[in-house]
Amino acid sequence: MGERSEIGDRYETLRRRIKEELENEQNGVPTIRITMSTCARAAGAEETRKAIEDAIAAFGLSAKIIPVGCLGHCYAEPLIILDYPTTGLPPICYHSVNAGKARLIIQSYLQESDPAFEYIMGAMEENDLIPPVTTFPRFGLEERIVMTHCGRINPWDIREYIANDGYSALAAALTDLPERIIDEVEKSGLRGRGGAGFPTGRKWRLGRAQESNRKVVICNADEGDPGAYMDRTIIESNPHQLLEGIAICAYAVGADTAIIYIRAEYPLAVKTIEQAIREAKAYGFLGERILGSDFSLDVKIFQGSGAFVCGEETALIQSIEGRRGMPQHRPPYPVERGLWGYPTIVNNVKTFSYVPSIINKGAEWFQSIGTERSPGTAIFSIVGNVKHPGLVEVAMGTTLRTLIFDICGGIANKKTFKAVQIGGPSGGCLSEVFLDTPIDFDSLTQVGAMMGSGGMVVMDEDSCMVDVARYFLDFTQKESCGKCTFCRIGTKHLLDILDRITRGKGQEEDLKILEDLSRDIKQGSLCGLGKTAPNPVITSIRYFFDEYVAHVRDKRCPALKCRSLIAYYIDLERCARGCEACVGSCPVEAIFTTKGRKKAIDQSLCVKCGECMVACPKEYDAVLRVSPPELAPIIERPPMR
Amino acid sequence: MVKITVDGKKLETEEHLTVLEACLQNGIFIPNLCFLKTRPHPHASCRLCFVSIEGYDRPITACTERVRDGLVVKTDTPEVRALQRSAFKLLMSLHPCNAKLCPTEKPCLLMRIAKHIGVGINPKPLERINRGLPDFVDFGSLYYVPNRCVLCARCIHTCRSINKRPLLTFAKRGIMTMVAYFSSGNDSEVCSNCNACVDICPVAALLPKSAFINFLEAKETHA
Ligand SMILES: Cc1cc2nc3c(=O)[nH]c(=O)nc-3n(C[C@H](O)[C@H](O)[C@H](O)COP(=O)(O)O)c2cc1C
Ligand code: SF4
Ligand code: FES
Repeated sequence: MGERSEIGDRYETLRRRIKEELENEQNGVPTIRITMSTCARAAGAEETRKAIEDAIAAFGLSAKIIPVGCLGHCYAEPLIILDYPTTGLPPICYHSVNAGKARLIIQSYLQESDPAFEYIMGAMEENDLIPPVTTFPRFGLEERIVMTHCGRINPWDIREYIANDGYSALAAALTDLPERIIDEVEKSGLRGRGGAGFPTGRKWRLGRAQESNRKVVICNADEGDPGAYMDRTIIESNPHQLLEGIAICAYAVGADTAIIYIRAEYPLAVKTIEQAIREAKAYGFLGERILGSDFSLDVKIFQGSGAFVCGEETALIQSIEGRRGMPQHRPPYPVERGLWGYPTIVNNVKTFSYVPSIINKGAEWFQSIGTERSPGTAIFSIVGNVKHPGLVEVAMGTTLRTLIFDICGGIANKKTFKAVQIGGPSGGCLSEVFLDTPIDFDSLTQVGAMMGSGGMVVMDEDSCMVDVARYFLDFTQKESCGKCTFCRIGTKHLLDILDRITRGKGQEEDLKILEDLSRDIKQGSLCGLGKTAPNPVITSIRYFFDEYVAHVRDKRCPALKCRSLIAYYIDLERCARGCEACVGSCPVEAIFTTKGRKKAIDQSLCVKCGECMVACPKEYDAVLRVSPPELAPIIERPPMR
Repeated sequence: MVKITVDGKKLETEEHLTVLEACLQNGIFIPNLCFLKTRPHPHASCRLCFVSIEGYDRPITACTERVRDGLVVKTDTPEVRALQRSAFKLLMSLHPCNAKLCPTEKPCLLMRIAKHIGVGINPKPLERINRGLPDFVDFGSLYYVPNRCVLCARCIHTCRSINKRPLLTFAKRGIMTMVAYFSSGNDSEVCSNCNACVDICPVAALLPKSAFINFLEAKETHA
């Protein structure tokens, strides 16, 4: 037992030292935390940071600027959290802080001790003066495990993670038996967050049971779904939590090598994790004889070149081995024979990131969150037509309605909800009647969607479901590795038929072909890509059948989206005499002047770009769209002179 | 030896065989294009060898399943046939059959498969897909006919493992995936004209240049 308590002591001493170090550094000086993740940078965080630095210098203030990751409120980036302890106020969060606002806030708060109430989003702690952010439904309804520290701690400074008890789970794990760690993870009911929801504890137990002189742990950070960015954000915001989870897994299964497979298109995430690995090594949490124990772990990074299919575990392994990323028939599963033939445990970024909390707080605590069969939380990146897109972590079992309407503020621009696509390109499109479906692995699969890796696209009334299915099939068809017949050729046929339907060339028989072929591709494909690729087609036909029928039978697009099936025309009642706003907007000069100096569209020239509709002044709103195109009144163009 | 039942017939087969091999050895035909005995891990790409096995709720590929005592296999259930026909039609939608120009011995393997599963060699109701690929691609000492190729990868495996030459590989993705020829110019990496790939190809998509001259001639006289 001597060695065991030594590990604990060693960790405790380190943590105490670091806490003191950080307190001394702060020493009453205001700190400005600014979100510097990829999403924040896209919103101008670099300029904001520069403005803050300049303002501090200009006013001769002393303050510490600390970069942090993403808070999840991507609609409000860049965010800053200002902590000025001597004012007696709690840390305050400001949203949408551009360079100008940043200067004002610094001047007002740091110079004049007035916290600039008009820009405040909320206080980060409960208090009597400033309403806390938790009064926002977004903060209040979320339940954070993995994202607890995201956007709050500096991902570039391991000490902030340690000061928040980081790596204490690893220290505890190392004083325990590997089997006990696996028991705990298994009891917690944690299921893989990479898509299929395989029980993590069971996978680890299988890994532990393999007889081999070497085992490998792989962290799957390929994240190929278009529109999904949870894994990137988690790495950019709290890389050490991930590393800690990986190290605990490696210890539990008996691996000495871990590889983080991350796509090269994530340069900031790659840099963040590289730096985190260096720091963790320097502090003795990775590398040789971790925390003085007998356990050593070498963590490497492998940059993938961004093929969607390389997220599939067998293709991912092929890719690391230097081969073409093509999925292989399973069994053998990677856990039996994986990278270089060794037993290999593949888990998603989020899966690993839950592990430290589970070890620290126990399996029962984790079980108590979420639903019985899907314990814990779900992390979604929500994009599309919602008011407040971003990254959200909610307890499993939360309904889609709560997520979309309460947490994300509902549909933007006063439009109505039409559909939500869950699970990435191979997920399903659900209609309004499914809004009360609880979010968990089994409920989503039951209605034809899936948890996937956590991408969610919300669509309003202007989306055409045939067109949406076509969009996703275009993606999967291009990303098919080309190996097996069903996926390689079948998805192309699905795409061609959908394409034909959106162009008004579809037949009623096409719907039957789509359904039959979708069923066969799902059953017959070799890997998960093909097995799920038809989901958008199957669900959109099932839940939006009328829309398909309108396209093939009446050559009509009810959402007025499919160009071949619509026409633009100008309502002469509304068109203002002599107004020329639309004329110049038309790229093909299809707009001409007709009776009463009003305007009309020459249908033979119109390319249906919709520019005139945008150009027409709001008060007239005279450009209209109809489907089928024959409904547009025909106005003869006077012969040109 | 293990005892299995296929379509009601009791068979005794060697251990370690796949269901596909066991059936073929006993004269029971299961459509297949990508199976190769020498491949340690089944490629399982053609998706034609489906069978129904008791205990599984859906058809599975016979080339990936090993025989076990008491296995009960059916090779012609409606579900099996539906998948096979579907896969076959997909393949045929990229493989315009031009029997006169094709050097395979007739009936070719594809024709035999079509007959076995009860479909024509056209892709109906699917349309034919024209990928705009050339009629043939120059592979040095060979010609490759992309519109015939069914991407079984038998040539790639044969070239690599039997001849220890990494000259053939897959190129491109999705529907445009093709076999490609790649040589760094090193002596050990030059085609030795062994024609092993030509012999292993089930659909005459690889031809020695000499044979190909006839093909071109035939095409001209045809046109
Ligand atoms: C086409 C395809 C793409 C995938 N992409 C990812 C991905 O980007 N990230 C991921 O973690 N898992 C992905 N997976 C799932 C992995 O194959 C694997 O199941 C997962 O990484 C296991 O981790 P988990 O048990 O933690 O979920 C993908 C699967 C398929 C079929
Ligand atoms: S060329 Fe022939 S052997 Fe090679 S992949 Fe194509 S069909 Fe198979
Ligand atoms: S022979 Fe089994 S999939 Fe091709």
